[in-house]
Amino acid sequence: MDVASSAPTTATPGAASYRVAVIGNPNTGKTTLFNALTGLSQHTGNYPGVTVESALGEFRQNGVRFLAVDLPGVYSLAPRAPDEMVAVSVLLGSGDGAVTPDVVLCVVDATNLDRNLYIATQIMDIGLPCVIALTMLDLAEKQGTHIDIAVLEKRLGVRVVPVQATKRRGLGQLRQTLWETLNAAVSPPRPVVLPEAFTQEAQALARQLTQAHPTAGFPHFLAERLLIDAGGMVEQDLTRQHGEHVRASVHAARQRLADSAVQLPQMEVDHRYAWTAQVVADARRSSSSRNRTDWSELIDSLVTHKVWGLVIFLTVMGVTFQSIFSWALPLMDSIDTIFSALGSWVGSRLPEGPLQSLIVDGVIGGVGAVVVFVPQIAILFGLIALLEDSGYMARAAFLMDRVMAGFGLSGRSFIPLLSSFACAIPGIMAARTIDNQRDRIATILIAPLMSCSARLPVYVLLISAFIPAQTVWGIFGLQGLTLFCMYCLGLLVAPPIAWILKRTLLSGEAVPFLMELPPFKLPAWRVVLFRMYDRSMAFLKRAGSIILATTILVWTLSYYPNQDLVSEEFETRRATATEAELALLESELAGVRLRASYLGQAGRAIEPFVQPLGWDWKIGMATLASFPAREVIIAALGTIYNLGAGQDEESLELRQAMRAERWPDGRPVYTPVVAISIMVFFALCCQCGATLATIKRETNSWGYPLLTFVYMTSLAYLGALAVYQIGSRWIG
Amino acid sequence: MKTLADLSPEEQGCIHSVTGTDGISQRLAELGFTSGQTVQVIRFAPLGDPMQIRIRGFSLALRRHEAKRVRLAEQ
Repeated sequence: MDVASSAPTTATPGAASYRVAVIGNPNTGKTTLFNALTGLSQHTGNYPGVTVESALGEFRQNGVRFLAVDLPGVYSLAPRAPDEMVAVSVLLGSGDGAVTPDVVLCVVDATNLDRNLYIATQIMDIGLPCVIALTMLDLAEKQGTHIDIAVLEKRLGVRVVPVQATKRRGLGQLRQTLWETLNAAVSPPRPVVLPEAFTQEAQALARQLTQAHPTAGFPHFLAERLLIDAGGMVEQDLTRQHGEHVRASVHAARQRLADSAVQLPQMEVDHRYAWTAQVVADARRSSSSRNRTDWSELIDSLVTHKVWGLVIFLTVMGVTFQSIFSWALPLMDSIDTIFSALGSWVGSRLPEGPLQSLIVDGVIGGVGAVVVFVPQIAILFGLIALLEDSGYMARAAFLMDRVMAGFGLSGRSFIPLLSSFACAIPGIMAARTIDNQRDRIATILIAPLMSCSARLPVYVLLISAFIPAQTVWGIFGLQGLTLFCMYCLGLLVAPPIAWILKRTLLSGEAVPFLMELPPFKLPAWRVVLFRMYDRSMAFLKRAGSIILATTILVWTLSYYPNQDLVSEEFETRRATATEAELALLESELAGVRLRASYLGQAGRAIEPFVQPLGWDWKIGMATLASFPAREVIIAALGTIYNLGAGQDEESLELRQAMRAERWPDGRPVYTPVVAISIMVFFALCCQCGATLATIKRETNSWGYPLLTFVYMTSLAYLGALAVYQIGSRWIG
Repeated sequence: MKTLADLSPEEQGCIHSVTGTDGISQRLAELGFTSGQTVQVIRFAPLGDPMQIRIRGFSLALRRHEAKRVRLAEQ
C-alpha cells in the first residue's frame, strides 16, 4: 500500500495524510459513525498485512487527509478469534507493509460505560494517541444516567467527544479533536496498573522474543497477551513461527506467576474492571427518580414469547423470504428485458460474426447476468439492515439458536440459510452478520445447497414432462410431492455437511455463543439505504468481474471452433424456405453449431462418465453448459433439440422433444428415473458461477469456492448415480 | 454449587467465580462476569436454550452449557 509509505512522522499540514483506526464493542454504532465520517468515499479493501476484508474511507479536516479503517467490533483485545487478531495486528502495525495508525478512535456506548471502557484501557495500553467518541448519550439520558464528560476526560487522560452519528451531530468536533490529538502527538497514560511481578515476566518474554526479531523490538503489549491468553492466537502464531520453546517459556512464566498468587487470566479482568468501576462511579450520575415504561423490555417480552414470539418470527421470515423470492422478480424481469432488448438492438447494428456474437451473447449477456442479482441483494440487505438496526436480528438468532446448535452452528446462521432458498448470493453475503468466523465459513459453504429459485425451472420442466400426475395416499399429487422432495434434499444434506466441516476443516477452539441483545430502537433510514447501496456496489464490483469472465468463457466454448457447417443442401433448403420454415432452419443450424462446438465435443467426451447416471451425451452437454448458471439448461436443451434457445420450462414443444428422444436401440432416453437423476444432480450441484465468485469475494480465498465446487459436484454425481443405479433396478 | 443455569426467570444471583481458565471463561470475564457482580435471568428461549440474562445493565444471550461455568455465591 502506498498509503503506508506516504504517512508522515512529523506533522506537515496540507500535504499530509494520517491513518485513523476506528475500534469499539459491537452494537456501539461504530460502523454508523464510520459511515457518517467517511460517507461515500469508502470502499472495501484489505487491512495491510492481514487477509481480512475491511471498510476503508477518508475525510478531511483543516486540509489534512485522514484515512480511516473500520476494525471489527470486539469486546477485548485478547485475540482468540481472527477478528480480534485483525484489530490487534492493525493497532500494532504488524504484518507486511503495515504501519501503526497515527490515532485510534475508540467508540464507547454511554449506556454501557464500564464494559465499553474495558477495551479502551487495553487500547491505551498500546500507547497510540487516542480519542473516545461517546455514542448513545441520548439513550443514557433517557434511562436517567448523566455522564460528566469533563470528569471522564480527566480520569481517562484522553479526549472524549459526544456524537450522534445518525443525526450527524458532533462529527465536526470529533474531526477537530482527532486533528488536535494528532498534532499534540501524546501517548495516553497507561491507566490500569497491573502487578509488578506480571509486568516483569512480560518484559522478560519481550526481551527473549526481541532476539528472534532483531529488526524491530517485540511489542510489550503482545508479550502481555502471550502471557495472559493461554492457548490464544498470539501463543499459536508465535509457537508456529519460533517453535515449541516459546510455549515452554510462557508456561514456565505462568507457573511462576501462579506461585506468587497472580491468577491468569482473571488478574487482568479484575484489575481493568476495578479501574473502570471507579471511573464510572466518578463520571456517572444516576437519577433514580424515574419510573417510565421500558418499551424495549415490553417489545422484548413479546418477540421472545413462547407463542407470539414464534408467530412474529415466522411472519418476519415469511416476509423476508417472500421479498427476495417474488418481490424482486418484477425488477429482475425488467432487467432481463432491458438487457435482451439492448442485445437485439446492438445485434441488429453489427455485422453477423464472432464480434457480434461476443458482444451480444458474451458481454451484454454477461453484464445482464451480473446486474440481475442486484434487486435481490438490495432488498435483502435493506431488510437485514432494518432487522439489525432495530435490534430484532439478535432476537431471531436467540429464538433459532437451539435448532441450529444441533449441527454445530448458531442462531445467527438462520437468516443467511433461509435467504439462500431464494438465491445463494444474497444468502452468502448475509453470512457477514455471523460474528464467529468458522460458523460463518461453514454457513457460506452449505448455503448453495439450499434449493434456490434458479433450480425451480429445471424441476418444473422435468416433473411436468416425466413424473405422472397421480395422487398418492389419497391426498398428495405425485408431482407436487416430487417438487417438495427436491426442496428438502438440500436441507437434509446440509446439516451433516456442516457437522463434518465443523469437525474437520473448521475445527478449533470452541467459541461460545455469547450474544448481546441490544435495546430495541427505531432503525435509521440512512443506515438502511447506505447498507443497500454499499452491498449492491460491493457485489457489482468484486463478484461482477468474475461472473462476466465466466460468461465470456462459456460463450467462447459454445461458439468456437465455428466451422462452416452450412452445407450446400442446407443453402438450397434456405433459399426455397418460406418465412415460417426459415425460423425452423435457423434453430436447426444453431443446434448443429452447438453440437459441433468445443462444448459439444466436451459433451461427447464425458459421455462415459454420465452414462452411469442414465444420461446420454446431449444431457451431459446441456449440464456442462449450465455450470455457470443452472437455469441455462432449458435454453441449452432447446438449442440441442433444434427448437431454438427461446424455450422456457412451460414449453410443450420442449417436453415433446424430450419425450421423443431415443437411444440407438430405441429405448426412450428420458424415463422418470432419469428425470429424477437429473433433478438430484441439479439440486446438489454448484452450477452457479456467481455463487462461486461471491464465495471468493466473501472469504477472500480461492480455496473455499474450489472446495464448494468440488464437494457439491461430487455429491451431485454420487446422488444422481445412486438414484439411477438403484432406481433403474427397482422400478426398471 | 449453584450456577447461573440453575436460576429461574426473574431470579437474581451474585457471581462467586467463573470456572475454567480457557478462552470461554476469559471471554465471560471480559464481558463483565466478575466476582461480586449481580446477574439476573430474564428468560429462556422458547425451545429451552439459550437463556437471556442481565448483567452490568446490558442484556446477553448465552447457552446453558456456558452458564454452568458461572458459579453463584450462596445467599
